[in-house]
Amino acid sequence: MGSLRLKNIHKSFGSVDVIKDVSLEVSDGEFIIFVGPSGCGKSTLLRIVAGLEDATSGTIEIDDKVVNAIPPSQRGIAMVFQSYALYPHLTVRDNMSLGLKQAKRPADEIRESVDMASNMLSLNEYLDRRPSELSGGQRQRVAIGRAIVRQPELFLFDEPLSNLDAALRVNTRLEIARLHRELNATMIYVTHDQTEAMTLADRIVVLHDGRVEQVGSPMELYNKPDNKFVAGFIGSPQMNFIDATEFGRKDAKTIGIRPEHITVSRESGDLKGNVSHIEHLGADTNLFLDCGSAGLISVRLQGEQDFEIGSSVYAIFDADRTYRFDENGQTIVNV
Amino acid sequence: MNMARQNWSNTFAAHAALITYTLIALFPVFVILINSFKTRKAIFREPLALPGADSFSTIGYETVLKQGDFFLYFQNSLIVTVVSLFLVLLFGAMAAFALAEYRFKGNMLMGLYLALGIMIPIRIGTVAILQLMVASGLVNTLTALILVYTAQGLPLAVFILSEFMKQVSDDLKDAGRIDGLSEYRIFFVLVLPLVRPAMATVAVFNMIPIWNDLWFPLILAPAEETKTLTLGSQVFIGQFVTDWNAVLSALSMAILPVLVLYVIFSRQLIRGITSGAVK
Ligand SMILES: Nc1ncnc2c1ncn2[C@@H]1O[C@H](COP(=O)(O)OP(=O)(O)OP(=O)(O)O)[C@@H](O)[C@H]1O
Ligand SMILES: [Mg+2]
Repeated sequence: MGSLRLKNIHKSFGSVDVIKDVSLEVSDGEFIIFVGPSGCGKSTLLRIVAGLEDATSGTIEIDDKVVNAIPPSQRGIAMVFQSYALYPHLTVRDNMSLGLKQAKRPADEIRESVDMASNMLSLNEYLDRRPSELSGGQRQRVAIGRAIVRQPELFLFDEPLSNLDAALRVNTRLEIARLHRELNATMIYVTHDQTEAMTLADRIVVLHDGRVEQVGSPMELYNKPDNKFVAGFIGSPQMNFIDATEFGRKDAKTIGIRPEHITVSRESGDLKGNVSHIEHLGADTNLFLDCGSAGLISVRLQGEQDFEIGSSVYAIFDADRTYRFDENGQTIVNV
Repeated sequence: MNMARQNWSNTFAAHAALITYTLIALFPVFVILINSFKTRKAIFREPLALPGADSFSTIGYETVLKQGDFFLYFQNSLIVTVVSLFLVLLFGAMAAFALAEYRFKGNMLMGLYLALGIMIPIRIGTVAILQLMVASGLVNTLTALILVYTAQGLPLAVFILSEFMKQVSDDLKDAGRIDGLSEYRIFFVLVLPLVRPAMATVAVFNMIPIWNDLWFPLILAPAEETKTLTLGSQVFIGQFVTDWNAVLSALSMAILPVLVLYVIFSRQLIRGITSGAVK
């Protein structure tokens, strides 16, 4: 129940190729997150799974059934949109029950289903209101409720939290994690937000320019990025990339090191630089070093640390945590 | 000068301009109304005077109600206007939805073709239309008028409505598709209510020209039983004598239904239920 298999999916709008040969297997109950820069085709891929967009070529299988020609309402999916997309003229209850009414389910089953969802999301007191009488967070909960009511095998979320403020985003994120545990359904989730991706996902799919760059668990992507793009995309602040010639090394084109794997010293180290900017975050301190031809290096230090702007310090790299990339940006695996 | 004061003087200026405009626009209507209640002599003696004890007369209304079948004309006008508006809105909105929503070959060309009608007056085709109506036996029927007015109203309706339909959130329509609504339900239940203000605009734009038209009723449906109000009123305007009392009374009565229709549509103009749908 709820597995998904994409085989060689292509999608072009006119002459523009948006999705290029994407294949992916999602097993039942998994939480999969699509990340990637804006315009890389995340929403398009999700809409292809939903059936709102036809793939130019390739097959989509849900539950081992090819669904290319099956309309969205019969694919056993539910989708939550970034813009909520609630029906403005219907009450919360009617918003949630429309799909089931359309499928001609018996009235008491519909009521039961809606009550279950509204209990889960604490929407009971709003059932008779219109969407315009709700706050943004409540609207998004209704949108999620509308998805739950359909009892789908596959949930699709397209940036569901990006219209919410920071505090609400954390709450709703926890709520979605809880839903995933309780419902045991397969979920595919698109986001821009690193924290959402790292905390929610069983596996993350990194998309770039319509291609899958890497698929793996959050820690796999963090510790073993396949290439420079994934290395730079996962983790914040971004991984530092330094030309290998700076170190006189010939075994790679680029050396990569994450800001959290660098320490500093005033006496000696791998690279000398001037402090150009400091960000105090309380628990961490971000240090930006101007290292001349090696470029700007960001360093993440634990706790509160103080440096004078313009003072010169040495960066010490954790040798086990440096990455090597060849001229195509592929990771060179250490043996 | 502080902000509050500036706002106040701005408001005052805006209201003064609007009130002046309203007075100018209402003045002819006012003149028609007061003169419809005066004797023929009084109309010519002092056109701007209010009806007094000696000049008051309802002779105009009596003539109108006696002469010809005024209520039938009234009914004809109303049927033609309401049915034409309904068809313009229905087909205009459907065409606009298709143009705005679906990607198909020739979408652009189709849109241009439909908009072309805005620039070409339908009266240029009068002779061909008459021949068509004669050939299809529709002369002297209200159907002929309704068809012509529908065709006349569609280009602008499609043009305006498709712009508005493009603004309706795609996510909303997609949510409907996932919930299993048919394209017709999506159109009627989700999209139409959201473009109601635009529909009302189109209705108001089309209503007055149809109601007032003399050209097509005269050419396509001049028979007694299909006369419209505007055409019916023409019997009082002669080549040598014009029965001004009757003309003014007929015009006064003709204002009423348009006024009612306008009130209905303008309420829609003001009401927007978009809020809360997205964001
Ligand atoms: N209907 C369409 N017609 C033409 N091009 C489209 C259409 N929809 C999307 N695109 C193009 O496809 C590409 C991918 O779009 P998509 O919406 O999938 O990006 P995304 O990864 O979801 O971006 P974001 O993170 O900004 O939402 C974009 O370059 C976009 O311009
Ligand atoms: Mg998107």
